Amino acid sequence: MSTTVGIPRALLYYHYYPAWEAFFQTLGADIVLSDETTKLILDRGIRDAVDEACLPVKLYLGHVANLRDKGVDCIFTPRVVSVEPKKYLCPKFLGLPEIVRFCVANVPELLTIEINVEQKYKQSVKELLKLASRFDRRPGKAEAALVAAESAQAKYESKLQEGFTPAEALAGQEKKHASSKMRVAVLGHAYNLNDPFISVNLFGKLRELGAEVVTSEMLQPQEIAAGTQSLEKDMFWTFGHQLMGAGNFLLEEGSIEGMVLVASFGCGPDSLVCELVERTYKRHHTVPVLLITLDEHTGEAGLITRLEAFVDMLQWRKAI
Amino acid sequence: MKVTYPHLGSMSVAMHGLFTDLGLDVIPPPPITKKTINLGVMHAPEFACFPLKINMGNFIEALEAGADTIVMAGGTGPCRFGYYAQVQREILRDMGYDFKMIVLEPPQGQLSGLIGELKELCGENRWPTTVNAVHTMWRKIKAMDKLHARLLQLRPRELEQGAITTAYKKGVALLATAHTPKDVNRLYSRALTLLNSVPCNYEKSVLRLGLVGEIYMLLEPYANLQVEKLLGEMGVEVERSIYISHWIREHLILSSLHIKGSRATKNAAAPYLNHFVGGHGWESIGDTVRYAHRGYDGVIHILPFTCTPEIVAQSILPTVSRQEGIPILSFSLDEQSGEAGFRTRLEAFLDLLQQRKTKQRFGT
Repeated sequence: MSTTVGIPRALLYYHYYPAWEAFFQTLGADIVLSDETTKLILDRGIRDAVDEACLPVKLYLGHVANLRDKGVDCIFTPRVVSVEPKKYLCPKFLGLPEIVRFCVANVPELLTIEINVEQKYKQSVKELLKLASRFDRRPGKAEAALVAAESAQAKYESKLQEGFTPAEALAGQEKKHASSKMRVAVLGHAYNLNDPFISVNLFGKLRELGAEVVTSEMLQPQEIAAGTQSLEKDMFWTFGHQLMGAGNFLLEEGSIEGMVLVASFGCGPDSLVCELVERTYKRHHTVPVLLITLDEHTGEAGLITRLEAFVDMLQWRKAI
Repeated sequence: MKVTYPHLGSMSVAMHGLFTDLGLDVIPPPPITKKTINLGVMHAPEFACFPLKINMGNFIEALEAGADTIVMAGGTGPCRFGYYAQVQREILRDMGYDFKMIVLEPPQGQLSGLIGELKELCGENRWPTTVNAVHTMWRKIKAMDKLHARLLQLRPRELEQGAITTAYKKGVALLATAHTPKDVNRLYSRALTLLNSVPCNYEKSVLRLGLVGEIYMLLEPYANLQVEKLLGEMGVEVERSIYISHWIREHLILSSLHIKGSRATKNAAAPYLNHFVGGHGWESIGDTVRYAHRGYDGVIHILPFTCTPEIVAQSILPTVSRQEGIPILSFSLDEQSGEAGFRTRLEAFLDLLQQRKTKQRFGT
């Protein structure tokens, strides 16, 4: 019987799942995904996490507990330190395996390889190969798994750039949403925006109100880079860099009517990144910004009211 | 050029000395008060960590006092501190201030960038003047750190409350007047004598607590609600795990020479956390384990509200406490913290520690 590998449907799932899936499937492992987020899963996470942890971390712990209850053999909880030179992910990703190990009771074995492109590129590759050999010792299998992962990821990313959100691309959606004269950028962490329970179906609500949604994943890497050129010091967080770059690029390109910034309560990097994006937009005075802070108490009604008011305002601006 | 800088405990004295010795006009930020905090909070991002807000208050007050150049440190991440200066500069610009910000970025293996920035500050100075100023500052920092460690040892044992704090302040004021490394050595002996001549009860048995957490919160007494003084005057000997001289040696001098610093803290942390998590999260774990090994009665962990690296540490500390058998109390502080509540929690913690110690002594 093959080994079952649990993958929490949270955090980097929205960035790298296609690669992970291809990797483990090539090696003959069975992947078990945690269930889609429910109130119960979130509450489990909130109970296990320290109070001050951010919402996405609490949710991640809930998904780990869900996988544990499903009886998987091991859970894939990589330590992703850096995915490109000179940039890091938020510190929570650096200590994620430990947060899981010390906060969730009776966790099965954790597969915790370290991905660190900035400081230990060669070692990261070695760790990946070592992980692969755990599942399939046949020569060449590990390398084949890496190649499969790479091509799946490339395919996924090009689909995102075609204009699908991560949630849509992961669900295998083929038909794009209708374009609209009112393009609204929604910028924030993919793991907040693409979990409909956490974002209270923000994308869906905006579309119901007649807006076309643009996210940072839909932009080309060179467009993001162009957006960060005006910074005196480049941002050392990968996601912060993406948000900042997308925000600046869309502002200069002038193709959006409004911008919705979404951050989790107490998010460290976003406290600075969103501040800078907001300031830039305020200086330009051309595109209105709505800042939404999410936490475990976010209520649907309040969010709908704010979105409606925002979209109404955008329409009036167009009408004048 | 009228230079200013952010406050950071006794480091401010050393910074002031450095800039004066370089022949610059210095406008030190006024001492941190409630007004400083209010100004910082008003203009800084809501969820930024507390140190950024205090820095902002310092800068605004210093610019109002006539400063036109801010010297600030940078960083390479992933801790937010590395991006402080960028955000602060934009906010101050939007507020309409006209100033220059010099950001000293860590060398990352090569000193050239840092030297370039420093040259800007050194101006027309000849090399010997610059070297003397930097050398004096380094000696001053080391001397003040040693003096501080002595202060923490003596405070719970003083016979008259506040005497040792007064002596320490006099000692720091003496060191502030040093302009050469030789001066520092001479004045340090005098300052130490000042401290040692305060009447103390050296026989007194006291609780010993370790202080771990985020560097700014540990070093700046206004930010940590004077936790060292409060504890000392309640009869506790406190040891602070971080001193700025250690930090400079590890992160600026040794790392720029590619020499790995002391592994003791990291080795101690290894069973719980074997990876850097930004800021001082790793050290918080390692130092706590070391305090347990050294037989300390407890550990106080201090972090600024929303500090991600320390939240990672906070997630691990309960297990450390259980397995190493050391009580830990964690405080997340910001502009909302009140002293009365803080003191009550400390008192309750000390009561528990005292009972535990008594029980252990009598083996019940």
